[in-house]
Parts: sequence; structure tokens; C-alpha cells
Amino acid sequence: MPALSPTMTEGNLSKWLIKKGDTVKAGDLIAEIETDKATMEVEAVDEGVVLDLLFKEGEANIPVNKVIAIIGDPNEKVEVKKEAPIEKVIEEKKIEKNIETKIENKKADIIDTPSPKIEENRNLSSEEITMRQALRDTMAEEMRKDNKVFILGEEVAEYQGAYKVTQGLLQEFGKERVLDTPISEHGFTGLAVGAAFKGLRPILEFMTFNFSMQAIDQIINSAAKTLYMSGGQINCPIVFRGPNGAAAQVAAQHSQDFSSWYSQVPGLKVIAPSTPYNAKGLLRSAISDPNPVIFLENEILYGLKGPVNNDINFSIPIGKANIEKEGKDLTIVTYSIMLQKSKEAALRLKEEYNLDIEIIDLQTLRPLDTEIILNSVKKTNRLITVEESWPFGSVGSEIANIVQRDAFDYLDSPVIKVNSADVPMPYALSLEKLYLPQVDDIINAAKKVSYIK
Amino acid sequence: MKKLQKADYIKMYSFMLKIRRFEERAAQLYGMGKIGGFCHLYIGQEAVVVGILMTIDKNDSVVTTYRDHGHMIARGLDPKRIMAELTGREDGYSAGKGGSMHMFSKENNFYGGHGIVGAQVPIGTGIAFTHKYNGEKNICRTYIGDGAMNNGQVFEAFNLAALWKLPVLYIIENNKYGMGTSVDRAAAGLDLYKRGEAFGIPGEKVDGMNVFSVIEAADKAGKYVREGKGPYIIEVQTYRYRGHSMSDPAKYRTKEELDNYKQTDPIEIVKAEILKKKIATNDEIEKINKDTLEEIKNAAEFATNSPFPKDSELYTDVYL
Repeated sequence: MPALSPTMTEGNLSKWLIKKGDTVKAGDLIAEIETDKATMEVEAVDEGVVLDLLFKEGEANIPVNKVIAIIGDPNEKVEVKKEAPIEKVIEEKKIEKNIETKIENKKADIIDTPSPKIEENRNLSSEEITMRQALRDTMAEEMRKDNKVFILGEEVAEYQGAYKVTQGLLQEFGKERVLDTPISEHGFTGLAVGAAFKGLRPILEFMTFNFSMQAIDQIINSAAKTLYMSGGQINCPIVFRGPNGAAAQVAAQHSQDFSSWYSQVPGLKVIAPSTPYNAKGLLRSAISDPNPVIFLENEILYGLKGPVNNDINFSIPIGKANIEKEGKDLTIVTYSIMLQKSKEAALRLKEEYNLDIEIIDLQTLRPLDTEIILNSVKKTNRLITVEESWPFGSVGSEIANIVQRDAFDYLDSPVIKVNSADVPMPYALSLEKLYLPQVDDIINAAKKVSYIK
Repeated sequence: MKKLQKADYIKMYSFMLKIRRFEERAAQLYGMGKIGGFCHLYIGQEAVVVGILMTIDKNDSVVTTYRDHGHMIARGLDPKRIMAELTGREDGYSAGKGGSMHMFSKENNFYGGHGIVGAQVPIGTGIAFTHKYNGEKNICRTYIGDGAMNNGQVFEAFNLAALWKLPVLYIIENNKYGMGTSVDRAAAGLDLYKRGEAFGIPGEKVDGMNVFSVIEAADKAGKYVREGKGPYIIEVQTYRYRGHSMSDPAKYRTKEELDNYKQTDPIEIVKAEILKKKIATNDEIEKINKDTLEEIKNAAEFATNSPFPKDSELYTDVYL
């Protein structure tokens, strides 16, 4: 099973284009594989006769690097292990880049066992869906309710979304409401802002937020400021959404976290969901909001599965954080993908040091739910912040400032921030791992604020 | 071409004169320290916006640059409230929070007043997108300075407008200088109206000192756009008598050049036509002059007496 995208860890065998006994040349198409992003054709690299097909059409979730077919010389006796050993390096790479898998493994411990209090408040579906489905469903639901809602962006229509988040929307809503744009962020962002000024409710997908920098003038100078500059006359009901932060080995220009950039700007609201459940509730609030909203998704979380609330009016208010796990010894404030790492760290801190960790998932970065943070710190007296952004002037920096100002006497240790390294994102797998906050970094920070050697 | 009635001539003259008197008074208030920040005057360019005004439907939308006072007057907005925005008072169109460059009137479909060169072009294209999306017959007039014609997002907007056949009329106000840099020192290729050719957008160049030429071109272009054929570009050749902004002494051009343009003053051209056609007498014109002066004096009076915004307004209008 070939890896056909940076974040692909398994694939579905949609179709064989060869059969046993066929002779294939290098470059011949042999199969159609459905990845986490699209269905793609795969070519043969070697020449020979198809000796065996090891998976049937329609088989799903075949791990990357699994042998799916054997091509060779029929006259030569070839010893083929059907379960070819996966190379060690690849294995490491897979583990490091595939947080989805980790989450799946930890699911029994974490995702499926929300605390009883939270369970009561959640009208959860029995079926688990992925983050991308949750986002897609919410957009479709809101588009059905209000025909002023439309979506535009690169590859959102015909291609069905670069990350399949807009899958099926073109078919349901047509090309008037699901618009493929040229690769022209500055132009189409300004266009969408103008449409919002005039009363439409655009959902603008950035293929990734890295490309929003091409358009940042329109986001900040036009979308965020015009209500103020017009004395309250012209609002801008728009959602800018797309994946933010690191994916897997796409290096410096395609792995940047913009949460603190956008959170600095008055006039914008900034949201960073962490689960399918809150993605649904928060995206609905974002689309309904009369202000410009930056909705920071995460590519690695798109495949994360979880229960959701299927009520088409279910929403989570903007500006409210969630106590994901209650605890008494130490508070971790986090958001987006770092929620999962924080949960893993909390499990180990309990097992290894008997620390009872409280985890706050911010959900919204601006406006910030300072009350929930302060109340938690007043209870636990210790705080670490965990986020993927660079350390200078990060969301955690602002939280540390607020906490020292408003809860100084409650703190039993300095606040520690866990961030990415203060360098551009490197390409090499080993360096990428060092760059990003890891569970061990969170554990070390927790030990430090708890004065554990 | 649109057939002009007698009343149209009077309307044109009155509006152009009102813009000129307004700008002169704004310059005076600036000099007195009543107006702060950047202040870009429209003197010399009056025929452009007034010519376009003659072909406009009130449900059409308008978006323009930071040289916007004249555009607001032409849109029929109240000079008192425009001037009060310049003086940063609570009666201003943006309640004193926008200033000269950032004025809006949603109820009059006037979408600014944008301070970033070129930014209004995708925005105007998006407003046109909305007219089409909603199935309205209206169009969006999007003004562009010559300086913005070298700005990337303008071409991105042209491409989108042509690709999606959006009802947008682009009006390039070529006043010869982007701040202190003349067009020939900034643009490779001086025919700015041809810059939509690659996208299949028709373009036309007109004399912007002569309001009748502007009307003719705007009428034709407006019909084209309203018929759903997509965008159209008019390049209006005009000239600003003053510097780029109040703080610009305009040392980059000669006095002769300025005097030469003043020979073809747009207001004088209309006045001469009115007298020639015997639409009004000299006395009647004098009365318009006097009334206009009075109106603008009152506007200045109003704008300097209107209260400053309340301190509590600092934190309003950030979110709806």
C-alpha cells in the first residue's frame, strides 16, 4: 500500500486494474486507491507478471507499506512473505506523524469515556464520525437553512476538497453556491469580504492557513476593521476556515500555526476545535456569527473519529472553553491538536507521578474564556499552557499574563509554556519531532511546576 | 448616449461645484487643525464622479479609494455629516471612527472609502458577485486609482470578475500621479484601460475633464455590464489640482502643467455649456454659487460644533 499523501496511514483498495497472470510494465496503472484525501491511480514501478493480488477490491484500512500485490518473473522461484516486515524507519515515521493512530489506540481510555458530568450534557450520537465529516455535515446543514451561505476556495467543488472536507457539497448545492476559485487568495478573499459586506455569508476555505498570508491584508484591514471604521454600519459575516499548523513533513512554508497571529486582532473571532463534537458545535456558531471568524482546523485531526451531537441546531457558544478533564493538582490549558497530547500526558502523569491533572480545552481563542482559566488556577495553583504555535507572544503568553495579573496569590509556581521550537519548521522527520511539543515536553513542564525532580 | 435634460445640466454643475467648495473648505479646516491625519482632495477630478453619477441607479453599489469625499457628495450624501467625519465628530458618517479615508453609508449602497491601495477592487468585485448571486439587475461601480493599477490583487479581481461574468464596472481615475510618482515612472505600458485585455475585459479611455465624455462612456459601459456580459473598464484621464494629500507640496510637477489643466477646468466646461444652451442665466448661476458656498459653510460650522465621540465609543462597534 503506497503512501499517497503526507498524512496517509492507511488506504482502501477501490479497484484492481490488473488481474493475476497479467504482464505489467513500469508505468502501467495497477490499482485505484482511496486515501484520506482522494481516490488515486497507482502505477507499477517494476516489470513482470502479476503473481498474486493479496487484497480484494473494496477492502479498507490497509496500512501503508503492506504488500498488496506481487509482481515478478513466473519462472523464478521467489520467496515472498505476504506480511512483509515494515522497515523500522518507516514504522517510526508512521507513529510520529500519525497521531490519528495514537488517538485510536488511546480511544478506549480517553475519547470514549468522557466524565459522567460531560456525558449528561452531551446528546451524543452512537455512531462515531470523523472531524472532516463533522465539518462537512455542519456546512451542509447551514447551507440548507440559509441560501446566503455559500462556500468558495481552491478545489472545494469539482475536486471535492483538497482534504475532502467539502465532499458532496457541489452535488447538493450546485456551482452557484460551491465555487472553485483560481489560486488567487488575495483576490478571492477580498471578493468574499465584499460579498459579506453586501449581506452574503461566505465560508472561505483556505487550502491551508499558510496561504492566508497572501490575503492577510483583506482579512485584517478589510474584514476585521470595517465594522469599526464604519461606525457600526457594515459588518462582515464570513468564516475563514481550513487546516492550520503542522501536517507531516511538509516543512517550513506549509507548517505554521497562526493562532496567536489572528488572536491578536480586534474584530476577529478565532476558534480552534479539537474533536468532531466541538468542531460541529463551533462551526455552526461561526457560520451564524455576524462577525468575521477564523476557524483553525488541523489536518492531522481530520481523520479523528468521535461521537457528535446530530441536532441540526446544536451549537457551542463562541468564547466558552471546556473542562475536558477535571483535576486538582495542576491545570493544563490547551487547544486544537495539543488537546490529544495533553490527554496522553495527563494519563502518564497520573500513572507515574499520581498527579491529578485538569485539562481545559480553550475551543475559542478570541474572545478568550479567562474566567474558566482563573477558576481552575485558583483550585490547582499550577498552570502550564500547551500549544503548537511559536513561543514569542503566543496564546499561552497572554494567558500567563492574565493569570499573573488576576491570580498571582494563588500560584504556587511560575507558569510554564510548552510551544513549538522558535525556528522555522524543519523537513527532516527527526527534527520535526523535536520542533513540535511532545508528550514528554508536557510531562517535564508538569513536573517542573510541581517541583518533582 | 443618455439624453440630458435641462435639469441634468444644473444637477451636474451643482454637484461639481459642491465638491469643489467642500474640498476647499476641508483644506481650510485642515490648515486650522480641525481635520487631522491624511486628507486627500478631489479638486480637478469632479467631472469623473459626477459623470458616472448621471448614469447610476440608486440601487447600484459604489466602492472607492481613500480620495472619497467627492464620491460621497455625488452619491447624494449630506456634506454636513461628511465634513463631521473629517473633523472626527460623532455626527460623522462613521461616528468619528473612520475619518477621511474610511467613510461608508450602507443605506445608500456606498461601501467606502478604503485606505489600502487596491483593496477596494476585490471588495467591489465581491459586491458585484452578491448582486449576481441575489439575481439583482444592479451593478457595482468600483473606482481604482492609477497607482493601484500596478497592484497584484487588482488583476486577481479582474480574472475572477471575467471568469464569473460579474456585474462590475471598473473606473480607473488616472490623475497622473500615484502619490509623487508619475504614471510613466510606475507603469510599464501607459494604456491602463487595456490591462483587462488578457482577461477579455473591454476597456475604453475617456477625457475625464469633460463630464459629457464621461457620461457617454459610463452610459455605454454601464449598459454592457448590466446586460450580464461581465466587467468593463473605463480609464478616465483626469488631474488633481492639489497634492496627493494635504501634506504633499507636489514638487514633482511644474506649475505650467497644473495651469495647463486648469485651462480645461471641468466645472467651467459645464458652466459654458449651460450658458451657451441658455439653460440658465448668469444670475441664476450666481445664485447656485452663492447657495453652494452657504451650504458648505454651514457644513463646516456643523462639523466643528458636533461633539467628539463619547469615550465609551472607543469599545463599541468592534463586534456586532
